[in-house]
Amino acid sequence: MKALLVCEQREGKILDTSYELVAFADRLGAEKVLVLVGKDAPKVDAKVYLADVDKFGEYNPDLHKQVVLEAIQKENPDYVVFVHSSYGWDLAPRVAASLKVGQVSEIVNIVDGKFELALCNAKLRRTVSPKGARAVLTIQAGAFNAVEASGSAQVEAIDAAGSTKLQFVGYEPAEKKDVDLGRAEIIVSAGRGVGKKENVSIIAELAKAFGGELGASRPVVDAGWVAHSHQVGTTGQTVSPKLYVACGISGAIQHLAGMKKSDFIVAINKDKDAPISEAADVMVVADVLQLAPVLMEKLRAA
Amino acid sequence: MKVLVCIKQVPDMESRFKVNGSGDWYDEADLAYRMNEYDEYAVEQAVQLKEQLGDAPDVTVLSIGPDRVGDALKKALAMGCDRAVHVQDPDSCRKDPWQIADIIASFAKGKDFDVIFTGMQSQDRGSAQVGVTVAERLGHNCTTTLVGFGYADGVVTAKRELEGGVKSVVKLPLPALVTCQLGLNVPRYPTLPNIMKAKKKEFLTVPAADLLSEQPAVATEKLYPPVKTGSAVVLEGDLAQIADRLLGILKEKTTVVK
Repeated sequence: MKALLVCEQREGKILDTSYELVAFADRLGAEKVLVLVGKDAPKVDAKVYLADVDKFGEYNPDLHKQVVLEAIQKENPDYVVFVHSSYGWDLAPRVAASLKVGQVSEIVNIVDGKFELALCNAKLRRTVSPKGARAVLTIQAGAFNAVEASGSAQVEAIDAAGSTKLQFVGYEPAEKKDVDLGRAEIIVSAGRGVGKKENVSIIAELAKAFGGELGASRPVVDAGWVAHSHQVGTTGQTVSPKLYVACGISGAIQHLAGMKKSDFIVAINKDKDAPISEAADVMVVADVLQLAPVLMEKLRAA
Repeated sequence: MKVLVCIKQVPDMESRFKVNGSGDWYDEADLAYRMNEYDEYAVEQAVQLKEQLGDAPDVTVLSIGPDRVGDALKKALAMGCDRAVHVQDPDSCRKDPWQIADIIASFAKGKDFDVIFTGMQSQDRGSAQVGVTVAERLGHNCTTTLVGFGYADGVVTAKRELEGGVKSVVKLPLPALVTCQLGLNVPRYPTLPNIMKAKKKEFLTVPAADLLSEQPAVATEKLYPPVKTGSAVVLEGDLAQIADRLLGILKEKTTVVK
């Protein structure tokens, strides 16, 4: 069995998730070959096809697709694997459509040789199998622990012919932060379960009573209740405080990925079975709006 | 200009989900359905484009599924789409993304849609495949995960959301398909007059079998609740007692609560 791993870089830096692809291939027990549009090859003991980013562009899925197809032609892999990232979910279906093969998205585990996926905010799981001899896969970021970057790649330059009408204009850096959650020792985060914008101030007060910073899940930020600088998760900040208190957060995969490395996690949620309970050290089954005043009083009295 | 918006109806994600009798999907009984959240942004962006161009574009909204998806289509009409197409398929949950994309591409083929909007993924399945696959099948320029959309002189300027708060900007000429991320705009609520107006709009129904020509590319083996691996201490009951116990645990297990 052979897996072609499609790695990622941004502005010359190979993304760490590329090493999660290697871990996934090892779990599959597959022979691995890597392909990257970039400048330098990942540090891995394997063959790496390297396409020049100056020619193929930082983001140009039409051209990157041709590079991947060229590598497939040379290697004839059983699986073509991407990370389920803004790069991977954009490029993978194009490769699958070109090959006319099935794609399995956002694999979280391998169970009895089948691919396990999360469904409905991770409230359900299912196993699937591609039907054909070849398939395109994407793996959930963080689901397969990255192997260490070490080794020396056998680099082979790769070229491909393709055309595109897409023009990459450039990157916009992340917004300037008014709060640095990355340095906070305590983070108390508000989720959709707090109900409305006015209630966020209660969570902010609770954060203050703990001596910590206010965090938030994506829906709360999208609704405009809290500034993006407070967002914890894959599209916000990845945090690892000594204490993380998740208030009214059900625990979407993207949020969990951003906070599960916290030393101690408390979840306060009316639903005992919310997916956040998987990550939590303490699961408080309560309405956070009712519990918060009681907690604050005791914290202030202490 | 001709615009197509593809939407899906999904259960409210706050629901409790149970596996159905045949073990291959969730039990649909007792679930409340709504428009897929990502698709609300797609509908809003299509309507905003129409308004920007002085109401000239013609916006078709399409959804695949059983009778109930008519509600999602009616909402899209009330938000400002011009006509709805219901691809009737009581068994749509058993179609894989490859087949769903095939149905949409078959419908759109030859109709010269200039811009196609979809959500970046569905909330229940989350494959993020359908939009891009449709673009590939139709040969449209395509980009994904939009948090910004602009249009001028035949060119779409898209702002994409990447990881860690970084964004990128891409330009693509028509015909184009874009997939919409949460936060792209502020989806409007249908007003009562617009809900009334929507009742008079064209509503077409097409059987899925007329459009589908592909076999599934992926097979579902089985569905099950997540295996509980968490070992959380569960606190419930009286609030004052919970608060005391929680603070006791935090004092013992962390160094930051004293």
